[in-house]
Amino acid sequence: MDFQTGVFYFLSAILIFASLRVITARNPVHAALHLILAFFTCGGIWALLQAEFLAIAIILVYVGAVMVLFLFVVMMLDINIDRIRQGFWNYLPLGALLGLLMVMEMGLVLGSKYFQVPAAEAMVPAGVSNTKTIGALMFTDYVYPFELASLILLVGMIAAIVLTYRGPKKSKYTNPNQQVFVKAKDRVRVLQMPVEKD
Amino acid sequence: MLNLTLSHFLILGAILFAISVVGIFLNRKNLLVLLMAIELMLLAVNMNFVAFSHYLQDISGQIFVFFILTVAAAESAIGLAILIVLFRNLKSIHVDDLGSLKG
Repeated sequence: MDFQTGVFYFLSAILIFASLRVITARNPVHAALHLILAFFTCGGIWALLQAEFLAIAIILVYVGAVMVLFLFVVMMLDINIDRIRQGFWNYLPLGALLGLLMVMEMGLVLGSKYFQVPAAEAMVPAGVSNTKTIGALMFTDYVYPFELASLILLVGMIAAIVLTYRGPKKSKYTNPNQQVFVKAKDRVRVLQMPVEKD
Repeated sequence: MLNLTLSHFLILGAILFAISVVGIFLNRKNLLVLLMAIELMLLAVNMNFVAFSHYLQDISGQIFVFFILTVAAAESAIGLAILIVLFRNLKSIHVDDLGSLKG
């Protein structure tokens, strides 16, 4: 077993452990932290596949943005864990059986010798930058999907803001409509008082 | 040269996908973990894309992974915003409490 195979099995073991903990952790914060570990390990496996740009992108985008968002939300919500875990173990036998069946079936199909790529010489030649290649292709052949992706991000941002915006209830503000129609007698009141002497 | 074959990575993706399906089975009551299981599923799909892209020497697969990352980020942002609004209105995110639209 060469070094890369060893690294692959090591990272895969961590990845599978982390994803198992994600679905079984009692505390949602622990689940989110294990999901971060899973993304990190996945970045390592992609680096093994010579996809350096995506390996960095998944760490920056997922660990840096999406999972921080998840952790914020998990910590903001006050969750009744006992109630949410009701019936967790009831469905475990059926779920585990289905999962094992799925893995066995897909393993039989994907692991067969007919499913191999004939030319195993899948090595990127030296001096070729993965990021440069992706960039060159993204801004030529995939430029419209790229623009569409930016539009999706914009829609996501606006939707998240609109959904959670509660309006300026707490702040004081002036009403220009009332300001225009104000009269002098609304502002100044002249009082008639008797003069007081010592 | 990698001794690893395409099958190694595809089976790893399959295992990840099965784990997240089981997670959706187990955590039906917990919307947060449901969202996390969906993220895991997308990760399994991305793993397949990257593996095929490497072994078939076609960089387009990695570009699609980039787009999937974009869509997943937008999806989780909107999903979590909906979850926040839900919690604000119901004071819980239990799935059984969501039946108020039922006639």
